[in-house]
Amino acid sequence: MESTNQVLLKGNEAAIYGALLAGCECFFGYPITPASEIAHAAANLFPALDRPFLQAESEIAAINMVFGASASGRRAMTASSGLGISLKQEAVSFIATCELPAVIIDIMRGGPGLGNIGPEQSDYNQVVKGGGHGSYKCIVLAPNSAQEMCDMTYEAFDLADRYRTVVYVLTDGVIGQMLESLKLPEPLPRRPIPEWAIDGGVNKRDNYIASIYMDHDDLEAVNIRLQEKYALIEKEQQQAESYYTDDAELVIVCYGIISRVAKTAVAKLRDKGLKVGMLRPQKLFPFPKSHLNDLVNKECMKSFIAIEMSNGQMIDDVKLAIECKKPVHFYNRMGGNVPTVKEIIEKCEKILKEQQ
Amino acid sequence: MEKLKFGKSSGFFDTFERRPGAIKKNMHYCPGCGHGILHKLLAEALEEMDIQDQTVLIAPVGCSVFTYYYFDCGGISVPHGRAPAVGSGIARANPDSFVISYQGDGDLGAIGFNNFIQAANRGENMTVLFVNNAIYGMTGGQMAPTTLPGQKTMTSPQGRDPLTEGYPLKVCETVAALDSPVYVERCALTSYKNIMQAKKALRKGLENLKNRKGFSLIEFLSGCPINLKMTTDEADHFIEERMMKYFPIGKFKDIADDRPAISKHLGIFEPAAVKRILYPNRQSSSKSKDFRNKSEIFTKERRIKCAGFGGQGILSLGMMIANMARLRNFNVTWLPSYGPEMRGGTANCSVVLSRDDVGSPIVDKDTNLLIAMNQPSMDKFLPELKKNGVLLYDSSSIEVPNCSEDKKVFGINAAEIAEDLGDHRVANSVILGALSFILRDYFLEGDDKADFDKTFEEAIIDCFANKKGIVDLNLKAFYKGKAAVETCF
Ligand SMILES: Cc1ncc(C[n+]2csc(CCOP(=O)(O)OP(=O)(O)O)c2C)c(N)n1
Ligand code: SF4
Ligand SMILES: [Mg+2]
Repeated sequence: MESTNQVLLKGNEAAIYGALLAGCECFFGYPITPASEIAHAAANLFPALDRPFLQAESEIAAINMVFGASASGRRAMTASSGLGISLKQEAVSFIATCELPAVIIDIMRGGPGLGNIGPEQSDYNQVVKGGGHGSYKCIVLAPNSAQEMCDMTYEAFDLADRYRTVVYVLTDGVIGQMLESLKLPEPLPRRPIPEWAIDGGVNKRDNYIASIYMDHDDLEAVNIRLQEKYALIEKEQQQAESYYTDDAELVIVCYGIISRVAKTAVAKLRDKGLKVGMLRPQKLFPFPKSHLNDLVNKECMKSFIAIEMSNGQMIDDVKLAIECKKPVHFYNRMGGNVPTVKEIIEKCEKILKEQQ
Repeated sequence: MEKLKFGKSSGFFDTFERRPGAIKKNMHYCPGCGHGILHKLLAEALEEMDIQDQTVLIAPVGCSVFTYYYFDCGGISVPHGRAPAVGSGIARANPDSFVISYQGDGDLGAIGFNNFIQAANRGENMTVLFVNNAIYGMTGGQMAPTTLPGQKTMTSPQGRDPLTEGYPLKVCETVAALDSPVYVERCALTSYKNIMQAKKALRKGLENLKNRKGFSLIEFLSGCPINLKMTTDEADHFIEERMMKYFPIGKFKDIADDRPAISKHLGIFEPAAVKRILYPNRQSSSKSKDFRNKSEIFTKERRIKCAGFGGQGILSLGMMIANMARLRNFNVTWLPSYGPEMRGGTANCSVVLSRDDVGSPIVDKDTNLLIAMNQPSMDKFLPELKKNGVLLYDSSSIEVPNCSEDKKVFGINAAEIAEDLGDHRVANSVILGALSFILRDYFLEGDDKADFDKTFEEAIIDCFANKKGIVDLNLKAFYKGKAAVETCF
């Protein structure tokens, strides 16, 4: 029978297909809704490809296993949500400082505390701003479809290698749970063991990996090097999708499931002749500052609105990016609620009326 | 007491270039420190067993945080207590590496005990060298899980009180009680005799690694003269007279000879082989890759809501519809009721199919097609059905709804038909059969009608992952549903 690359997968499952096709060699995870399907898919498919899958005893263990696997020069990943991500932060800081590649998927759920399993976007700060101790950052990809769950996870491994950094794939419960048609990418060959890896079978045994620098100047130098890397990432990696922004008077800034709802809302607002557009960051670090600044300097552009499923975490980055040159309005839902098309339309119409 | 003399081992670097500062010849340990002795034993063993290339020595957080300054083998420094987790990652990712987790009593027994005991219980191919000095050395002499009753430390200034702080943690005894670990021994780094025994135990632990026998633990009772505020001899005395009473030395377990070697994952990466496993087989080989039904009904986005009780197969009904759409190359989304919506045992899902990209996958006020399989769902979602919308419901349990004229309404006794077929769970396929008839006879035009059933059949087969018996029953239900709706009109 002929095979096809056209599939119907949940966002969570699509991420595992993307990872395996990118040559991810091992998966370490701990169950948590709404990310568990990632571990379920991994538990089936990693062994099918004779690659290690392990259910760890905790998120802390899982990320430390990723640390070990990555140090061994193997492509490795984990996945979690909210509270599980909180637990990982210490090790993420280690991995970032050791400059090892690693991929983490965060399917955000309702917080704070135990919260609920509904979709939210309230991990933004703890993922996009570094999250753990010390001055480090991670690249953060923000898919809004099963196709992007697959493609961005696939791409995450290359980015992680290129910059030797942690790459997050950050989205919400809806995108993780949603089944959608997509096309699978081509499988990549196995990545050769990098020369920095601790693998005496491939490289000499004199590699070592550490993030402890007792000398203050040495540690400062490491910090400076890291900041230079982040500056380079900011220069090279900003990415956003623009939708009807050319002549927009009001631009919605949002990511994840909201961008799907907002797209429908924008189309309906345009049907009414209202000049609303949408800018969707596809990466959250680096934040698409240049895209926002292109817009802010336009005559027709009067204001932005950040729409989020949190108390307003991304909005700070929008304001910082445009240095508050134009107003940034805000609309949000929390607790597992998703803004509806109707709510977005009403909010935008109100702003447009006020700014006339 | 007779002391052991060590020669220079090539398990160590000649000079310790990784150590910052001027001192490159000596280790940073205090005189009489157990870490210093164990380092020498380990360097000798690595050299003699010729395993330096494959060895990865994990440096914990504690006084031994700098092992990579000294040992000429792979090294990694990890978060406090996490060495066994990092080691599990290394051992699994690269089964050819020999993982040594070197840990103190705070690192292993307190902050990292879960990671340690879980790695032991999984039988990871790893040897743990556990330095029990009954104290937190690095941070300046606080109480450890292994601090003895009555022992004064910075955080037990009156002496450890077992009634408030518990008794010292017996690590070897605990691990020996597990089935997975193959080798458990406690040694003491004091007299010549004890150190020679420690040397033997260490050798055994490394051999187990080499032979892929799994998890070995060797505990070393060690001196921390500086924090015990003792001379080296006093510290040895403390170990032999006080520690060994509570922590008897000896072999607790040695079953490595009876254990088969752990197998290795090799990994399939060859692109064609990966594709064979990950890419699904194409069932609708008769259709071209970009075939899409031409009929008018599909020119607009179709927004479908399926709702009913949990257990009625609502989610798989939606999935079968989504699969049908995929097989016809539409863009499709399926979203289950999930999170805060999931209450009181009701289930629903949203399916959107479109020739263009699907915007919002959430179907609320704009439903084109509502499938209701219980009364509460009907009551809840009927108001969301758009003008000219289609309603399909299970008439065996739902009252005839009060709809405006523009709606197309189809009731079918799906639950009864399913019961007759002997399985109430196939009511969803009965509904699917009715849906296929309705779509075909009311909405599809020309060629599109031709093999529509076939696509649904494929969707059913796909949904039940080729489980023969279940597929057959559902196909039967599908055709019963079709026949039932036919006779309705
Ligand atoms: C998360 C975290 N908490 C606390 C510390 C501080 N800390 C460093 S070493 C140590 C105790 C080490 O004691 P032990 O494991 O017994 O090692 P020893 O120095 O006695 O060999 C502590 C608490 C740390 N580095 N990380
Ligand atoms: S403080 Fe104790 S454990 Fe640390 S080096 Fe000195 S003697 Fe050894
Ligand atoms: Mg100690």
